[in-house]
Amino acid sequence: MTPSTVHSGLPNSGLASTDRSEGWNRPPIIEPDGEGELLEVAMGPHHPSTHGVFRMDVALDGERVIRLKPVFGYLHRNHEKIAEGTSYLASMPYTDRLDYFCSLTNNWAFALAVEKLVGQAVPERAEYLRVILAELTRIQNHASTIGFLTQEMGASGTPLMYAFREREKILDLFEQLTGSRMMCNYMRFGGCRVDMSAAMLDDARKIAAGLPAFIDEFEALLSTNEILMARCQGIGKLRPELAVNAGISGPMLRASGVDYDIRKIDHYGIYDRFKFRVPLGDHGDVYDRYMVRVLEMRESVNILNQALKDIPAGPIMDPKSKIRGFRPKPGEAYGRIEAPKGELGFYLISDGTPNPYRYRVRPPSLINLTVLEDMCLGESVADVVVIFGSVDIVLGEVDR
Amino acid sequence: MKTVEEIRAAIQAAVPGAGVEIISNPSPSGQHSLLIAHSHALQVAQFLRDDAELALDFLSNVTGVDWLDKEISEKVKVTRTVTKTVDDVEQQVEETVDETRKRVEPGYLESVYHLFSVAKKHGPVIIRMRTGNRTDQVEMPSLTPIWRSAELQEREIFDLYGVVFTGHPDLRRLLMWDEFKDHPMRKDYVEPDDYEYEPTAHDHVLQRAKQHAASETAAIQEGAEAAR
Repeated sequence: MTPSTVHSGLPNSGLASTDRSEGWNRPPIIEPDGEGELLEVAMGPHHPSTHGVFRMDVALDGERVIRLKPVFGYLHRNHEKIAEGTSYLASMPYTDRLDYFCSLTNNWAFALAVEKLVGQAVPERAEYLRVILAELTRIQNHASTIGFLTQEMGASGTPLMYAFREREKILDLFEQLTGSRMMCNYMRFGGCRVDMSAAMLDDARKIAAGLPAFIDEFEALLSTNEILMARCQGIGKLRPELAVNAGISGPMLRASGVDYDIRKIDHYGIYDRFKFRVPLGDHGDVYDRYMVRVLEMRESVNILNQALKDIPAGPIMDPKSKIRGFRPKPGEAYGRIEAPKGELGFYLISDGTPNPYRYRVRPPSLINLTVLEDMCLGESVADVVVIFGSVDIVLGEVDR
Repeated sequence: MKTVEEIRAAIQAAVPGAGVEIISNPSPSGQHSLLIAHSHALQVAQFLRDDAELALDFLSNVTGVDWLDKEISEKVKVTRTVTKTVDDVEQQVEETVDETRKRVEPGYLESVYHLFSVAKKHGPVIIRMRTGNRTDQVEMPSLTPIWRSAELQEREIFDLYGVVFTGHPDLRRLLMWDEFKDHPMRKDYVEPDDYEYEPTAHDHVLQRAKQHAASETAAIQEGAEAAR
């Protein structure tokens, strides 16, 4: 059986697709060695390594992956259609449910797009609060991602629990501030919903002061670990040209050595006020993706310290911002931020009514999966799990 | 970065005969876009990606938009001859009257591409393409050969809007299952009446359930009569 004749009996099997196109930006065509038969495996939708309901249909020649097709849609609820049927503000809590690990950055991206659409200013203190919360979100996301990645390599629990211990402190602060640990629903068009008290800011400072020790400990546990290095180095390589062409963003793009961080490019919010470096990888393999995330956590702590030092007193909502009767003038806007998983964008078209005519989420998790097949081909099936884990996806955002 | 007018001029210089139209955006975001004709779309895309000055190597976002048929009513001045009785004498008088005329502007499906440059760190440049109508001319050239990032996103537009991207290497539904009919993101999409089960159906769900049950009973009766 050759791959072109693979026909899976599974419904919606990607392996039945006839895509054999060639080109520098297409996945390479790998022929089986001709010995024995091909094995088709449906990894998922309930495979524990898929972080939810996601399926990869894999054609295997022995241990070697010769074809891989992702199957999406198990968590599809047509978020965009729902948002088109409701007002702008009513979509804000629903953005929490996209990437449910990083609800605050989702809020920010949506608020930013709407602020661009109507030309809304944001007061200084609210900008600082946004930066503080976004960087805390980034730290807990990266720590958990690394925890899950090691979990999938067989380090059952320890690194993940280290990460969750730290995440717990950050979530406690989120709960204190927003009333919810994960579904924060915190940002508004033109500011933030509630102010952070002095006591809460002190708590945030305490968390920030404890983070370097945690990252050191995390690194001592993992970075030079022999098993982690053996499982991650040289696996799932991604070339920088392909990464850019395929729209890869976030730590995955930077691990391939492409210097592109939207915080540095767009200077959205007040990111031009902070000093931080953009860590880059060299090889574009799984280990680089791990390392870039660790270094990004350190840079986030840097930003956090600067923001917590400089945060001014003042209002947290622009007095001119409209909550009731919010009807943007006809037009469109695309706003994007550097979310922990990559470029999170919102594209809005207004026709002058209270509901958006078109509401589109640019999901980094989905687009980063474009090159999943390219990275996995030729590797063994056990590596697929590790490569997939290094992409860092949340299904709530992939399927929307 | 170049303005949209300069980009349009650059495209027209590089790709002769390429139809490019500027679509202005009245929003404070000021993100104007370029409408590209199908015939030269791939050459234009290639130029945008490979031109040394623009270097738009990063296709970030691809979106579908559904524009329904629009009914436009216009006031037109019409001159016509009317017979009037003035001072008990019938006269032919020319008269100008305001008349409201209605015409239907056909709807279309649109795809919007947001381009950025990683090399030059600028953007966005927005290009759009439109289909002929919403029913039988829904083809559009795929830009996946130029930017791989369009692969999954164009599949999503095909799935949810029904735009057929010619030249796409693997055009299948992305989020809905293969057997699904219709395209849920279209503005005139009607939900199937039996998709949700409610143990104690009420209000519009109950109404829909009743309608559905009635049509099913009718179908069964018809079948039974045909068998007789």
